Amino acid sequence: MASSEEDGTVEEKENNNKKRTKSALITAWLTFYNIAMTAGWLVLAITMMRFYIQKGTHKGLYRSIARTLKFFQTFALVEVLHCAVGIVRTSVIVTGVQVCSRIYMVWFITSSIRQIQNEESVLLFLVVWTVTEITRYSYYTFKLLHHLPYFIKWARYNFFIILYPLGVVGELFTIYAALPFVRRSGMYSMRLPNKYNVSFDYYYFLIIVMLSYIPLFPQLYLHMLRQRRRVLHGEVIVEKDD
Amino acid sequence: MSICLPLFFSAGTERIYLLPSTTMSRTTFFEVEIIDAKTKEQLCFLDKVDPHSTIGDIKNLFYKSYPQWYPARQALRLDPKGKLLKDNEILQNLPVGTTATMYFKDLGPQLGWTTVFFAEYIGALLTYLVFFFRVPYVYSHTYAFTSSSHPVVTFACVCHTLHYMKRLMETIFVHRFSHGTMPLRAIVKNCAYYWGFSAWLAYYINHPLYTPPSYGELQVNYALFTFVMCEMGNLSIHISLRNLKVDGLRVRKFPMPTKNPFTWLFFFVSCPNYTYEVGAWMSFTVMTQCLPVAIYTLFGFIQMSIWAKGKHKAYLREFKDYPSVRMAIIPLIF
Repeated sequence: MASSEEDGTVEEKENNNKKRTKSALITAWLTFYNIAMTAGWLVLAITMMRFYIQKGTHKGLYRSIARTLKFFQTFALVEVLHCAVGIVRTSVIVTGVQVCSRIYMVWFITSSIRQIQNEESVLLFLVVWTVTEITRYSYYTFKLLHHLPYFIKWARYNFFIILYPLGVVGELFTIYAALPFVRRSGMYSMRLPNKYNVSFDYYYFLIIVMLSYIPLFPQLYLHMLRQRRRVLHGEVIVEKDD
Repeated sequence: MSICLPLFFSAGTERIYLLPSTTMSRTTFFEVEIIDAKTKEQLCFLDKVDPHSTIGDIKNLFYKSYPQWYPARQALRLDPKGKLLKDNEILQNLPVGTTATMYFKDLGPQLGWTTVFFAEYIGALLTYLVFFFRVPYVYSHTYAFTSSSHPVVTFACVCHTLHYMKRLMETIFVHRFSHGTMPLRAIVKNCAYYWGFSAWLAYYINHPLYTPPSYGELQVNYALFTFVMCEMGNLSIHISLRNLKVDGLRVRKFPMPTKNPFTWLFFFVSCPNYTYEVGAWMSFTVMTQCLPVAIYTLFGFIQMSIWAKGKHKAYLREFKDYPSVRMAIIPLIF
């Protein structure tokens, strides 16, 4: 046994060990993250249900869950980091767009425009988001633990067919309801003249946001449909290359 | 020289026959089969192809059978997922037997680079002028066809217009393009970018409520000076890059500083043309003190940094003696 040969195999083993500990740590973190998020959204769901049962109305519901919602929805930014670093194999852009649109909805529309917090559309998208997120995070959790019940997989790739459009309806109606209040208060807006020679009208910005759903929503929806076909039916999808 | 026999001699899939030149004795002829990359159906079969023909020649022959697919929009590959074959590659140097199978893909309508650049720059130039002259309906009707009282607004218009005129001149007289064409979709995207930003910046600079820079004439004059310097620098670099390609197509060399002091930036960066371009736009930002201009400069900087990094890496790969002190776009930084 030449010493060089021994060094070679020892180094290899060390590298393999390093890789294994690294991937074990990554799996541990991801599992923890997904369990935590599932728990968080479950808490939200239960709080919402209790509120509705106790009060019999959805008025004031948003205020009661606002802080928890902000926390868990914002924390989802970590997922963009996961994609960027490579420990989750999804496109950074797709994840980024989805997380950012949620955070935008929570911080810059619902939380900042009090007058619309009791709208029915808010309840609608809250319910949709809660169901979607619980399904999604429990799917990831079970997958990481290598014990994926078929029901969860089925739910993850089928619920969205109804939930996604419903969520979009809720969001759009909420933004639309917010428009008159934004116009009246002139919030987040900047007018000329000013030192930086720029202006920003949040009212028109919101209209552009609403219009942007038209090209973006079909693309995301079709993306999910394609994924569904691949996962549930094992079809090989030929991607159209540019 | 090969001769194409009229197509009425063919039957079934198009066959084109090439006769050898009389000076060539027994050469093994190649056969080229062209297959649609998606449907896998045979589109064309070329018989008796000269082994010295290039991919460009084959594209021309294919074009004869399918006149809707001019050579610029043909993408030929040896494998459906393989690399694109270049026009100057020679058939016999390819890793094929005497029967070559190539996969064809339609790249869509193509436009020459010159056409693209023209559209982008003329659009940007004219769009700005629409705002400068305060064409009706752009601003409130009381301001239609009036002009701003601030001299900086006039300077800005002159700078912007000269910048794009310079680019147009360069497109005609200076630049030599390595790739011939660009897909149609790209021109729409690029024009939207150039025209859109031009409109956005012009709107604020030429606005009746425009606020001149905080430090007044001093700020404007300094910025104007650096703007002109950067434009001259950018032009010098473009000219020196053009001169690089003049002598000999085989000998490849990387750009070096010349007697022109503006080219001395080559000591420090691989792509000083981008450095000067960023400098020009930063000067324009300071001169107009306008946030949209700053945002445009930032976007341009990000895009040009990506291009500069790519070019820098290509130089490092190709030339072993490439100066190590050179960075991609910002001296001593990156």
